Amino acid sequence: MNAHLLTARAALLAAATVLGPLVMTGCSAPEDESVLTVYSSRQPHLIEPLFDKYRAETGVQVRYVNDEAGALLHRLEAEGESTAGDLFLTVDAGNLWQAAESGYLQPVESDVLERNIPDHLQDPDNRWFGLSVRARTIVYSTERVSPDDLSTYEALAGEAWRNRLCLRTSKKVYNQSLVAMMIHQHGEPATEEVVRGWVRNLAAPPFANDVAVMDAIKAGQCDVGIVNSYYFGRMQKDDPDVPLALFWANQDSEGVHVNVSGGGVIAASDNPAAAKALLEWLSGDEAQSLFASLDLEYPANPELMAHPIVEAWGDFKPNPINVSKAGALQTEAVKLMERAGYR
Amino acid sequence: MRLALARRGPRAGRGLKPSAGWLGLGWLLALPAGLPIVIVLLHFGGAEPGVLAHLNGQVLPRVLGNTLWLVAGVAIGAGLLGTAAAWLVAVYDFPGRGLFAWALLLPMAVPGYVMAFVAIGLLDYAGPVQSALRAWLGPQAGLPPIRSYGGVVLVMSLVLYPYVYLIARNAFATQGRRALEVGASLGLGAFASFRKVALPLARPWIAGGVLLVAMETLADFGTVSAFNYDTFTTAIYQSWFGLFSLGGAMHLAAMLVAIVALLVLAEQALRGRARYNVGRSPQPLKRLRLRGGAALCACAALSLLLIVAFVLPVAQLAFWAVGELGELSMPRLTEAAGNTVMLAAAAALLIVVLAGLLGFARRMQGGFAMRLSTRLATLGYALPGPVLAVGIFTPLAGLSAWAGAGLNWSLSLQTTLFALLLAYAGRFLTVAHAPVEANLQRITRAMEEASTSLGIGGWRMFGRVHLPLLRGGLAAGATLVFVDVMKEMPITLMMRPYGWDTLAVRIYEFTAEGRWEQAALPAVLLVITGFLPVALLTLRGEK
Repeated sequence: MNAHLLTARAALLAAATVLGPLVMTGCSAPEDESVLTVYSSRQPHLIEPLFDKYRAETGVQVRYVNDEAGALLHRLEAEGESTAGDLFLTVDAGNLWQAAESGYLQPVESDVLERNIPDHLQDPDNRWFGLSVRARTIVYSTERVSPDDLSTYEALAGEAWRNRLCLRTSKKVYNQSLVAMMIHQHGEPATEEVVRGWVRNLAAPPFANDVAVMDAIKAGQCDVGIVNSYYFGRMQKDDPDVPLALFWANQDSEGVHVNVSGGGVIAASDNPAAAKALLEWLSGDEAQSLFASLDLEYPANPELMAHPIVEAWGDFKPNPINVSKAGALQTEAVKLMERAGYR
Repeated sequence: MRLALARRGPRAGRGLKPSAGWLGLGWLLALPAGLPIVIVLLHFGGAEPGVLAHLNGQVLPRVLGNTLWLVAGVAIGAGLLGTAAAWLVAVYDFPGRGLFAWALLLPMAVPGYVMAFVAIGLLDYAGPVQSALRAWLGPQAGLPPIRSYGGVVLVMSLVLYPYVYLIARNAFATQGRRALEVGASLGLGAFASFRKVALPLARPWIAGGVLLVAMETLADFGTVSAFNYDTFTTAIYQSWFGLFSLGGAMHLAAMLVAIVALLVLAEQALRGRARYNVGRSPQPLKRLRLRGGAALCACAALSLLLIVAFVLPVAQLAFWAVGELGELSMPRLTEAAGNTVMLAAAAALLIVVLAGLLGFARRMQGGFAMRLSTRLATLGYALPGPVLAVGIFTPLAGLSAWAGAGLNWSLSLQTTLFALLLAYAGRFLTVAHAPVEANLQRITRAMEEASTSLGIGGWRMFGRVHLPLLRGGLAAGATLVFVDVMKEMPITLMMRPYGWDTLAVRIYEFTAEGRWEQAALPAVLLVITGFLPVALLTLRGEK
């Protein structure tokens, strides 16, 4: 048999193997106009109940893709005008700032959003809006630490906390935002000093997450840490007698570092009006309360009550500087923490 | 088969005319891995100046050392465990041998990131083990810290040793007895025969397995990030998601590709130009019966390995999972389990076919260009998942956007099953290729020449001669791919079509926010799913 014929057949077989699945699935990309597509890096169990409710109220079906914020941003970049995404939902002002700066989000003029969401929790150019608020503050052992000894994030760099501090890894965006905000307020040299002090005071190498930080404090490996409020809330919900408490940091100065989860309408959306309507609905009383209580966060709308567990922690003064400042300085924060040896 | 070609003269393959067709096939198969690699290499040094200076000055020196040190540790750990276990199981007979033979493969079904969160949960300062020690022996009591270099190496060795075990066991099963006989005729004891005869003979297979382990280690993100151990992959993530610089991520990935290329060359150099000729019909193997203390030792050592690598972690997962049973939506999980099996099976099927074709094409057509395409096709395994995903996602998304604008078609090729399988092929072709190639080596030139002299050549010969002899390698390759696809997280997250969430996606949803207990149930389901191919492979082997 002719060798060329045979190789041609082999090539054909290979091509068929590769292209077969394309014929099955590729050409039938579903594009239903009445379906709204959300690109989300929020956990499904937090957003699914909301989308179900929205569908029940309005008849609009919402489907979502969940992935890391960075991967979703790249997806928007690669898909360009052809993207299926209508609304972008993520956590952290840094991610929202990056999405807006890269041009993936469009400005939304909405009286509803302006009324519901305070100015410092939204993009100055209206490309994204915060939907829930989380405080990143100090957590301490009620058995070994008196709240009188605590004051600010910066003070945790002092001698008194040598071998008593536990922190989550600097790779988590929440720490990047906190440090970025400190850079905004104190400048780089002073912030680097503080971060170096934290690193000196660590009782254990940085942990992979905030839950592990609190477990370590509970077990006595260290006495204080910095965590997002809802992680503590979750722990308290499971164990109301947990010997840990939150301390509102920097109350005599700028206030507690707050961050947001939020969203914006994707610039290349085929259906920006529907996306805007969903965003407005998410800022409304009912959705806000549900959204915040599901994850023990604070509603972005200050008029609304949080979950009773969260309300029991008392009021605090939040840092009023627009959270987008943290986004702009995140890159500097990452580099600074790397230099300071904070892993 | 590389080895066979090293010795093959231009006239050796009579009737197997080299042709451009085979070469074209080779390059076509190299495309899914080659395209991302080329995209990555083009980005070398292509990041924003500030980011580049930071990466080269602050990040690179540290992660380079960390990464090489980690790969060395895991290669040694997994290599020793896998080789020793394979030797015991393949050559000796002792109580429980039949059980160990297949059970030792099971840790393969436990994803590294799952093993990591179980190990840290159990053994860190705040975990139950150390807490109990402190309660008994006072506050100073404790274990060496698990979140350390030693801890990462241990965890990764435990989940990766089956790659070496599977491949080495096959090698020992065909040669081990003979090696012992040769050793005995030279007056060597069992261990000396192992060291001086069997081990050198099995070297290409062991090296192949260790290379897989090394590449898997290089590409790992989940395990090292659970330990907060910084490597190339964590730096790539940090550059992309923290510094918002995909260019910087690609710059680091380009260097990672260079390291992998060096590793592959090193492995080839280690193999040398030797050719291993295995007799066509090895005698049915009679294992040496171990008695008394020796049998007990073998049994105890393998039990310990199995308990630490599989029983304990799965028991802990099950314990967590039971506590969460009421909280989770079972339909969501069973749907994800179904998707996982479908995707893993489709990918395994596709990829072994591609691996078989690649191996055969490479045999039909020697030469530098063909060697290069094979290398390229098999380098994808060491690329971190997201980097490979970007390399396939971006051109397909561009193509869809172009079709959308120019032809007014509504396409999103980048999130179809086709694209997902293509990305899996780019990533896992090596995994199937290694055992297939090991089997191809055993098909001698003489067999091919006999076939062509009977007028059965080329493609038909592949079906009549190669395929039947390749079955073992194809089955091993399919198993490895199935298990790897099942555990795969970043590519699946980025490229899965709507409704194709897998168990790994479910695990991600929970672990991303530190909810280990909730992640346990999908993790247990994932491990159970992993039983499937291991059981099939075992049943096949028992025949």
